[in-house]
Amino acid sequence: MKLLRNAAWVCLAVVVIASAAAPWLAPAGYAMQSRDSFAAPPSHEHWLGTDDLGRDRFARLIYGTRISLLLAPAAALLSTLLAVLVGGLAGYMGGFWEKAAVGINDLFLSLPWLFLLITVRAMLPLDASPLTSVALTFLVLGLLGWTSAARVLCASAKTLRSSDFLRQARAAGLPASRLFWVHVVPNLRPVLAAQFWISIPVFILSEANLSILGLGVPEPMPSWGSLLRELEGLVSFREEPWKFVPLIVLVAVVTSFQLILSDREQVVA
Amino acid sequence: MTRKVFHHAVSLLVVLVLGGFLAATMVRLAPGHNVDEELLDARLSSASRQAILQARHGDQSALQFYLHWARNLLHGDLGTSQSLGQPVAQLIRDRAPVTARVVCLGLLMGWSAAIALVLFAAATRRRVGDVAGIAVSGALLSLPAAVLALLSVIWNLAGSLAIGLVVLPRVHRYSWNLLQSAYARPHIITARAKGLSASRIFLFHVIPVVGPQLLALAGISVSLAVGAAIPVEALCGIAGIGQLAWQAALSRDLPLIVHLTTMVALVTVTANSLADLAAGREAAA
Amino acid sequence: MSRIRVSALTLALLLATLPITAQSGNEIHFCLRSEPKTFNPLKVDDDASLAVRYLTGGVLVRVNRKSQTVEGELADSWKLSKDARQITLKLRRNVRFSDGTPFSAEDVAFTVQRLMDPELHSPTGDAFRSGPGQVVTKIISPAEISITFPAPVIGLDRLLDQVALMSAHSPKKEMAVLGPFMVADYKAGASLHMVRNPNYWKHDAQGHSLPYLDGIVLDIQSNRDVELLRFQRGELDLINSLDSEYYEKLASASPGVVHDAGPSLDSEQMWFNEVAKAPIADYKKAWFRSTTFRMAISEAINREDLCRIVFRGHARPAIGAISPANRFWFNSKLSATPYNPDAALKLLSSAGFYMDHGVLRDAQGRAVEFSIITNSGSRSRERMIVLMQQDLQRIGIKVSVATLDFPALIERITQTFDYDAALLGLTNTDLDPDGQMNVWLSSAENHQWNPQQKTPETAWEGEIDELMHAQASNPDNAKRKKSFDRVQEIVLQQNPFLYLITKNALSAVSTRVRGADPVAVNPQTYWNIEFWTVQK
Repeated sequence: MKLLRNAAWVCLAVVVIASAAAPWLAPAGYAMQSRDSFAAPPSHEHWLGTDDLGRDRFARLIYGTRISLLLAPAAALLSTLLAVLVGGLAGYMGGFWEKAAVGINDLFLSLPWLFLLITVRAMLPLDASPLTSVALTFLVLGLLGWTSAARVLCASAKTLRSSDFLRQARAAGLPASRLFWVHVVPNLRPVLAAQFWISIPVFILSEANLSILGLGVPEPMPSWGSLLRELEGLVSFREEPWKFVPLIVLVAVVTSFQLILSDREQVVA
Repeated sequence: MTRKVFHHAVSLLVVLVLGGFLAATMVRLAPGHNVDEELLDARLSSASRQAILQARHGDQSALQFYLHWARNLLHGDLGTSQSLGQPVAQLIRDRAPVTARVVCLGLLMGWSAAIALVLFAAATRRRVGDVAGIAVSGALLSLPAAVLALLSVIWNLAGSLAIGLVVLPRVHRYSWNLLQSAYARPHIITARAKGLSASRIFLFHVIPVVGPQLLALAGISVSLAVGAAIPVEALCGIAGIGQLAWQAALSRDLPLIVHLTTMVALVTVTANSLADLAAGREAAA
Repeated sequence: MSRIRVSALTLALLLATLPITAQSGNEIHFCLRSEPKTFNPLKVDDDASLAVRYLTGGVLVRVNRKSQTVEGELADSWKLSKDARQITLKLRRNVRFSDGTPFSAEDVAFTVQRLMDPELHSPTGDAFRSGPGQVVTKIISPAEISITFPAPVIGLDRLLDQVALMSAHSPKKEMAVLGPFMVADYKAGASLHMVRNPNYWKHDAQGHSLPYLDGIVLDIQSNRDVELLRFQRGELDLINSLDSEYYEKLASASPGVVHDAGPSLDSEQMWFNEVAKAPIADYKKAWFRSTTFRMAISEAINREDLCRIVFRGHARPAIGAISPANRFWFNSKLSATPYNPDAALKLLSSAGFYMDHGVLRDAQGRAVEFSIITNSGSRSRERMIVLMQQDLQRIGIKVSVATLDFPALIERITQTFDYDAALLGLTNTDLDPDGQMNVWLSSAENHQWNPQQKTPETAWEGEIDELMHAQASNPDNAKRKKSFDRVQEIVLQQNPFLYLITKNALSAVSTRVRGADPVAVNPQTYWNIEFWTVQK
């Protein structure tokens, strides 16, 4: 187990270092188009081949890591925090607050947020800086991505509300905020960890999907999501395995996150 | 219990009304709500263009539209789709069973596979089971919906597989974490120390602890599956509600969007309410 | 009868039926990219409904998609008046609709009156609306009719290719058809099943009734990857319009199934926003309204690379609105703007622009930057813009890319005019440029770069207005061509549209289909479907 966790740390470290060292590892940059060798297989010059516009796929992978690895976890953290505040707090408080939170949650789950996103795009200038567009995209994802976890957190917090240790703490005169943040939230950790871990790849992919609305990472900047979209075109693993490297890297990173975040003790039936 | 059902019914009504109104507002505020692709047709005369623009309810506010829509709904008139030119009632009637089938099968697949992965991890008693589960879930979460839809087509599973693969990693991760946390509780450790069988511990001591959360997860997974049905049906060419919702969104078909939002709200709230009621009964028991 | 005689008779009967059996075939299967919006042939405006109309509709005349000439269908012969206001048609006799209702001049009159009803707001009808007033139909006999328009309608006979005739008497209304197939079953959102029209009037040279096929199944499938997958698996018999990247994929596996019919009628073009009231900076408006600026941008774009990289060689640099595939109307004296960034920079410097450490600046020192919008979901357009982004970066111009969903894009280019430049494609269904009046007239709504001008804001737009009016009022095609050749010349010089590429007409047809002869004009593959057979 320790070995696995260490391997996870190493994996994350390699990815982070590679993305930080991108200007040295890929000096030509992510936008450089080799127009005479587009859609090329791996070579000495292009370790993962080139994409359909002749851009080095390896360069785009490590530069794309910077955006995805930084912003996706940040958005995941935001959505997790919101889930705690809406779901966890409502479940703990119960009564009217719980009903209101559940109602708001159901409403959020039902609304066609596509139109809000289209409106956000409309409000942005067409030549908005890439950083603005990207940051706004992940912010919106974080603000909208809390609903599923909030429901489960509400149920969990509700269960904890009537637990003995909490009753004792309450009887001891601890203030409500301390009760919630020090005694309830840590017990919600399994759901919080799941929410955080699930959100990272979901947000990475959602960012790429939002490009159909004009949001997300604008060209020619790369992101993991845009690299993964290459897989949408009937790509065969046997014929073009190098196109699956971004997927493998993402799965490795996500798995590493989970191994690091998972409980210290492995308890099985 | 009756009181709880009543509260849920009231909550449902409030969500339906608010949901419909907010959906109408969002569509009206979004750019492109009062235009049509037809306007790019160079053959159209000025009068025809004006007629097209007029037909898009350009002069009605969101509230006016919504009140008009609600009044018609109370009379059983669901109106006509702007983009497809067909009665909304007929469109929903034809497509709802298709989506229901795809979603139910997808949920069944997703939950079955998630439980299988959880049991495998539990049975191996080694970290390898957990890591395998994490890797599988991580891989599925990292695949674009278009790829999942293609896999569905390749294996002739008509979209259900794609929905199952969307539901699986989420259900797996939440349920595994919940179970792990439950197994770490003192009373479980005590029960094991006292020699109770694994199945007895699981059924009588673990499930009651995680039951409410799992039920909440079940309710959420219905919303997830319905949400996933939209891109999956659009990509796989399945004539369901999801495909209809996607077409309606792209063409800003306001009457259809409001009806479909109300439907989704109905399904979401009903699923979550049933889960809450079941969890409440279990807690009481 | 003896056994031998019975056998001989059976064999004879069998042999007699064999050719018909071999030609009748069974069904073919292909996809529509979206759901048909209507089965009313007079209201057709989307591709899917157009396909249904082509397969089921009977028309008076048909533009042969291969020869691009007008041929009689339900009209045996016709006569156009010198002033292009009247057409007199002699109709085929003994023709029936699919439900058995007899066809006569009354049905033609009914169709025309319905088509020209101003409340219909039909693009097909609007194409005939050359001036105010009523359209008069005169039934001379059950097989002869004259139609008189209030103003000259240029290319009147050719326009009738788009008018599928409806029955005045049939209770089935628009579902009673005169074309080779009729709709048998429609599952909304899923599929459309057509069967052969038992009353179809056309016969082959041997006198056998057409079509040979028993039916067509059309699946509604918007995802091109899935469509390709199904074609590869043999579930589909054709892909009418194939993307270039899929062409390569299919060609490498089965070269015999793919067809490149050369340049299509479709092009991709970019234009700058020249609307005076547009909510963009005045200095940008000054750039975009400068012919020199537009010409320089045009010269800085490498069209050959766009064709080679984005379309894998299945496209060619575009010259103008008329593709070389449009044999009569294409101005063959013109050639595409060559890629010449040095010449572009020279032009820009003549207009006061200068390079400053790799950044192009205008005379006031502002860095030249603009955004290009296009519709999302089109991989080829997204790739084109990224290539153009790099081309323009070489001359110091920074280009931002914004892909928007279609309604948001349409709102910007037709109502709010809140954009710098746009990239879209032109899909031509009509060979005659008269169908593009609303694009070239400065007062028209589709004059995309600066629509609805009260008076022409530039001399060249005034000249184009005059030329378009001239060709619209002259029935002599040779003189019309001269006018429109000049329009194409002006457009190439002034670059209101920067025409980028003309796509090739790519398609895929299964080897089990016999009789397919893909062409450049839509519908590329099934234009002669009544003669197709399928090898079992």
